[in-house]
Amino acid sequence: MIAPVTPARTLFEKIWQQHAIFVREDGQTLLYVDRHFLQDGSAPAFELLRQRKLEPRVPHRAFATPDHYVPTHSRDLGSLRDPEKRAMAEALRKDTEAAGIPFFGLDDARQGIVHVVAPEQGLSQPGMLIVCGDSHTSTHGALGAIAFGIGTTEVAHVLATQTLWQRKPKTLRVLLQGALREGVSAKDLILAIIAKIGAAGAAGHVIEYAGPAIASLSMEARLTICNMTIEAGGRAGMVAPDSTTFAYVQGRPFAPHGVAWDRAVERWTALVSDPGAAFDKEVALDLSGIAPMVTWGNSPEDALPITARVPDPATAENTERREAMLRAIRYMGLEPGMALTDVKIDRAFIGSCTNGRLEDLQTAAAVVGGRKVAAGVEAWVVPGSTAVKHEAEARGLDRVFKEAGFQWREAGCSLCLGTNGDLVAPGMRCASSTNRNFVGRQGPGSRTHLMSPAMVAAAAVSGRLADVRRLLENG
Amino acid sequence: MEPFTSLRAGALPIAQPNFDTDQILPARFLQKPRAQNFGEFLFRDLRYRSDGSENPDFVLNQPAYRGARIVLAEENFGCGSSREHAVWALYDYGIRAVIAPSMGDIFMSNAAKNGLLTVVLPEEVVARMIEAVLARPGLEITVELETQSVTLPGSASHRFEIDAYRKRCLMSGLDELAYTLTLLDRIEAFERDYS
Repeated sequence: MIAPVTPARTLFEKIWQQHAIFVREDGQTLLYVDRHFLQDGSAPAFELLRQRKLEPRVPHRAFATPDHYVPTHSRDLGSLRDPEKRAMAEALRKDTEAAGIPFFGLDDARQGIVHVVAPEQGLSQPGMLIVCGDSHTSTHGALGAIAFGIGTTEVAHVLATQTLWQRKPKTLRVLLQGALREGVSAKDLILAIIAKIGAAGAAGHVIEYAGPAIASLSMEARLTICNMTIEAGGRAGMVAPDSTTFAYVQGRPFAPHGVAWDRAVERWTALVSDPGAAFDKEVALDLSGIAPMVTWGNSPEDALPITARVPDPATAENTERREAMLRAIRYMGLEPGMALTDVKIDRAFIGSCTNGRLEDLQTAAAVVGGRKVAAGVEAWVVPGSTAVKHEAEARGLDRVFKEAGFQWREAGCSLCLGTNGDLVAPGMRCASSTNRNFVGRQGPGSRTHLMSPAMVAAAAVSGRLADVRRLLENG
Repeated sequence: MEPFTSLRAGALPIAQPNFDTDQILPARFLQKPRAQNFGEFLFRDLRYRSDGSENPDFVLNQPAYRGARIVLAEENFGCGSSREHAVWALYDYGIRAVIAPSMGDIFMSNAAKNGLLTVVLPEEVVARMIEAVLARPGLEITVELETQSVTLPGSASHRFEIDAYRKRCLMSGLDELAYTLTLLDRIEAFERDYS
């Protein structure tokens, strides 16, 4: 008897097919949504529902926590002076309460940035289709899920129907080999990938990160990499679930338990790209060649090794690129050809959905320990979640940061985009473990340099962009 | 949203790549309700100086471009944040179409849901259009959704691709949610078999 031939499928294709309800005449697919995460930017979506007299259809598939509009100097929402900001965080509580959607508020130890909280609570699991009204939803793909950001109208659509229309994206495999060297982290890796393929390099594609190096990357590293996939224009980033994934998920509050766990692992083990599965594009990268990275411009693709110099627009390949470089260098207050390590900073920020997890704080603390924040630099740590904060405190990391002169704050999005009022003043320069160095991202006129948490720590104690490897050598 | 059939209007050239949604609508306005006229906040930090006065160097503040209803942009327009407010800002200002070689995936999806047409054309075609508009500010471009074409005066038309359903929604002002709600029985059937 001849076994039926099943075509080789990618990890993405397998999960997509499991969630496809219906394909429309124009090729768009109606997808079923397993988990819908909500944050405090969701008020306009609930307003859309009310206008149409609709209610959330499957409230138990949604989870909510405020992150964009919460204060990080205290847990008292009343301490936010702007009534509109308070109203955003308040609206999430009221809207989810009315709908019966689980809500982790400011008084809940499970509160935090939604993309840190959901994996931490075991809400994000392999094989799921996950959406959230935030572009960094790509984070959850690290668990072996399809996860992507959506807009307000789509949030309302998911609330009302538990489904979403999507045209099937193309696939891009990023093959990783070799090992990261000392002082080099997942953040450096993803910045190197974005610099290589460009800020639109993965537009219209879902990236699967694969190859022999994946096994060496921790869950937290994978979360960082998938998080910033959107900065390469990717619809989503994914990593096939493996023993690292299972070990991470097991025992978390919302993870399956007992017999259900065994069955889940059996199902999840099949979630790999079949040998011979075709990808639309392929890119390879050797991890051992990556140095600590920093950005100099206003796009995440403007990333260079810390040992490099600010590029000279005169060397640009075309007029368009030259103008873009000139504009960025002027906005960033830099000089062509200056060493990146000569760039002085005013602020240092460790946190965000990209790099606000325990491992991030640990690697930064290892650099900070026994050192002091440089004179004139204001340095903050904003843990990605309240649980991360508590765990870090249990390990004494808060003391390391505080003794060095860092502010140790409460969980939230904070300085990544400043929606809660945490801002970098005009003209000030911030070494930041966040994801976007756009013009005005951390406040009007602010200047952002993206880098790893360890590199932010190195910059904070040096008063300028610095090569963390030098500091690690000198213990 | 208004139905979109065709448009003949001036175009605003945004001659820089990777023009992100933070530039279109800065984050501090995300807390405003939809009832607000987001057109006031469009390109806010580029249009206005920190003292609140208009920045005469920004293209939208030049008289020939003020009435633009089309945006001509470079690669990766609308990248970054998923904020639908960026689309609302463009729409409320009066922009009805964006033409670029590529755009952020989420931006394009948001645009389709708010009556803002996104037209993707080859880089060299868009570059020539930007050049033409910079050379003759106020030059009107014609966008026809029925025939899926963009035309500059005195030059050939360029055909663009668009999903048939998205086209129908734009032309009739119809919205997707109403349609999906007619499929609830299929969704329920799927859920019954779904573990």
